Amino acid sequence: MRIGIDVGGTNTDAVLLDGDVLVAQTKQPTTADVTSGILSALKAVLNNKPDGASVEAVMLGTTHFTNALLEHKQLSQAATLRLCLPATTLLPPLTDWPDELRTAIGGHAYLVHGGHEFDGREISPLDEEEIRQAARDMINKGVRGVAVSGVFSPVDTSHEERAGAIIREESSDLNVTLSSEIGRVGILERENAATLNACLVDVAERTINAIRNAISSLGLDVPLFLSQNDGTLMDAEFAASYPVFTIASGPTNSMRGAAFLSGVLDGIVVDIGGTSTDGGALVSGFPREASVAVNVAGVRTNFRMPDVFSIALGGGSIVQRDPLQIGPASVGYRLVEEGLVFGGNVLTTTDMAVVAGLADIGNSGLLGGVGKSFAEDVISEIQTRIEDVVDQLKLSAAPVPVILVGGGNILAKDSLAGASDVLRPEHAGVANAIGAAIAQVGGQVEKVYSLSDVSREEALASARQEATDKTVGAGADPSTVEIVEVEEVPLAYLPSNAVRVRIKAVGNLANL
Amino acid sequence: MWEVTEQDLESIAIGAGILGTGGGGNPYVGMLRARQMIREFGPVKVLSSDELDSDDRIVCVGGIGAPTVGIEKMRDKQAYYAMRAIEDYTGLKATALVSNEIGGSNSLEPLIPAAISGLPVVDADGMGRAFPQYHLKTFFVYGAPYAPLALADEKGNTMVIPEAISAHWVERMARAVTIQMGCVACYATTPMNAEQIRNTAVLDSLTLTKDLGDAVKRAREQHKDPIEAILGTHAGKVLFQGKIVDLERRTTQGFARGKVTIEGMGRHIADHMEIEFQNENLIASINGNLVCIVPDLICIVDTERAEPITTELLRYGFRVTVLGFPAPDLWTTPEGLAVAGPRAFGYGVDYTPIVI
Repeated sequence: MRIGIDVGGTNTDAVLLDGDVLVAQTKQPTTADVTSGILSALKAVLNNKPDGASVEAVMLGTTHFTNALLEHKQLSQAATLRLCLPATTLLPPLTDWPDELRTAIGGHAYLVHGGHEFDGREISPLDEEEIRQAARDMINKGVRGVAVSGVFSPVDTSHEERAGAIIREESSDLNVTLSSEIGRVGILERENAATLNACLVDVAERTINAIRNAISSLGLDVPLFLSQNDGTLMDAEFAASYPVFTIASGPTNSMRGAAFLSGVLDGIVVDIGGTSTDGGALVSGFPREASVAVNVAGVRTNFRMPDVFSIALGGGSIVQRDPLQIGPASVGYRLVEEGLVFGGNVLTTTDMAVVAGLADIGNSGLLGGVGKSFAEDVISEIQTRIEDVVDQLKLSAAPVPVILVGGGNILAKDSLAGASDVLRPEHAGVANAIGAAIAQVGGQVEKVYSLSDVSREEALASARQEATDKTVGAGADPSTVEIVEVEEVPLAYLPSNAVRVRIKAVGNLANL
Repeated sequence: MWEVTEQDLESIAIGAGILGTGGGGNPYVGMLRARQMIREFGPVKVLSSDELDSDDRIVCVGGIGAPTVGIEKMRDKQAYYAMRAIEDYTGLKATALVSNEIGGSNSLEPLIPAAISGLPVVDADGMGRAFPQYHLKTFFVYGAPYAPLALADEKGNTMVIPEAISAHWVERMARAVTIQMGCVACYATTPMNAEQIRNTAVLDSLTLTKDLGDAVKRAREQHKDPIEAILGTHAGKVLFQGKIVDLERRTTQGFARGKVTIEGMGRHIADHMEIEFQNENLIASINGNLVCIVPDLICIVDTERAEPITTELLRYGFRVTVLGFPAPDLWTTPEGLAVAGPRAFGYGVDYTPIVI
């Protein structure tokens, strides 16, 4: 059996799965320290564990790090060190970032000598003393995480590696992220993603350690995995160094969970949470991936991520009168304390749903002061916004099945414009946790082939086989392994017509 | 006369991406660079060709290199250095700049030296689309001088080609130097006069990029179909809709060559399209039948948002719409086709104009 946990901004959900069978589920409020919520959720599902059954693994999906970026909370001071001089100076690091986020992480950027040309020549040699001085300046400024981005580091990683080692020599307290470990060619996007990672490393290490302690405090001696953007798993230790790989895992888990629960493989999934609503499209049971650069908290990256359309609307969104405003402010996980219907004094969308008769939760007697026609106006506006999300994700005007998940799904009515069918699968409230629990393992191969020695077809076939073998080696059931990503990047101007091939395979964990 | 402000740059980049026909580099980086310079030095004036005086000296600037390199080693002020180098060599002071190529990031390249120097840009270019090589310009087909030419890199190196026996020879020599310079150089041509611009340039093309971008942005904001908005702004047609199922790339002699195969969706469900590209999309066929041939424009955009996709960013699984537009008239004459028709790119077929 395995346990899937989803830590959202509002709720912490957990499920206990035996193969494809949902054995137990729970929904607990997310706590400020994250771990108490996880503990309550774990205890709740373990109480329902059949005697004699054993838990083999815990899979965790979390939007905690994404929320940290969105809310500018718990972010470390981060620096970006670009190895480039005398080239690539007109657009400095952190170009095109939202001002608030840049300010929140300190906006520290350094341009130093180094980096490579497209053909592997050095733009200039590394100046080690220059890097040491930059590192000392970072330490003086209270920087905790450093992103190192070298021009053409995906072609030659040596300068980034050496610069990273120099920075660690200056202070072993600095967490270093090398851009070549995070992304592909396209320096701004790769550097952006590395910098996002650098400002998250502290909070990631703290959070993941606390979660591991929480799990072992229950006597569970099992591996902990975190789900990544692409729906595959990484182990907790790796995740603590690469939290940026979790930032789009929420929508991925939600959509994979929704497909699992509803049996619908092609349609639109709308996940209405406490603070935001995320919509995505399912294609053959997998999230459709974005075809253009993906923004994370307003920062452009070149990750492959689910094509998600989000709006700031959820069950905790604050409703204001005169003029009517719904969100973007939200009480989030404090809904059960601050929402009017729960005895608090903040008017939220959930209160509106109760007055309009869409939901029966809390103490509706506390909502006497809210007029029914006002509530219906608000619900009608919410309906329009949700229909808009569906519309944004459709590929044609033809109606498609819409699967509603997330605790805030009470805000939506049973018919939506553009939907052939509105489904609220049973257990939809824990779709994310199920998505985490059914997450797959992956294997990736990245190799350079000289096409003068082998044909393109032979090169691709060999890489496919290797990726498949790796996936099985990581624990996948061989019958479930499939190739999900194929990328060929020609290495320019080399006489041998060399190509870098990247292939990724995924499969279901066997024996669970 | 109008002014390019920071707010116009996004529209120009979208429009330039569409007219880029897959090449010309990713306009996003060019847009950020132009924005940085406009923030620093102020907006750039745009003159229409009939606002030029007889004593105007117009320098054409452009980037030369490989698109994949430009998103990694992003350009700096190379175009400004090249402009100063050609002024020094010819002894002629520039009074305005003009784009060599309206497609892709080169549409924005003149804005950078223009912002720095305070000079206007002319609402015109030498291609009306994107092409991979220096000599493929209407300027030179119709007699504007292709040399002398100055080249500059980002490190402070410049070089002048004083004389050459053809525009193609300038391309060969400049390309060899560009590779040594690390593949993100810029060039500046010897100044043209107003008459040369009026007779040899594709006119009003900067305005067209802005109009296309404005239309796309407006459609997105109003949740209307941005592809219809494009076709309502500039006459063309949807050639195909589908999903990318195969991509073959090779980089030879500095150019990203390859072929993309698209499996049809919607009304194209049983069909497949193949597009041959050499930096730009050059030949498109459906089930083996040619439907759009260079110099007509073949543009791949993402189906939902009509975001133009350059050849280096094409990926398996993308949902795309392929648009076709007729080439500017200057290209479809016998002289124009000799330089930029399908046979000039090594295809053994004749040009037949796109049917709209």
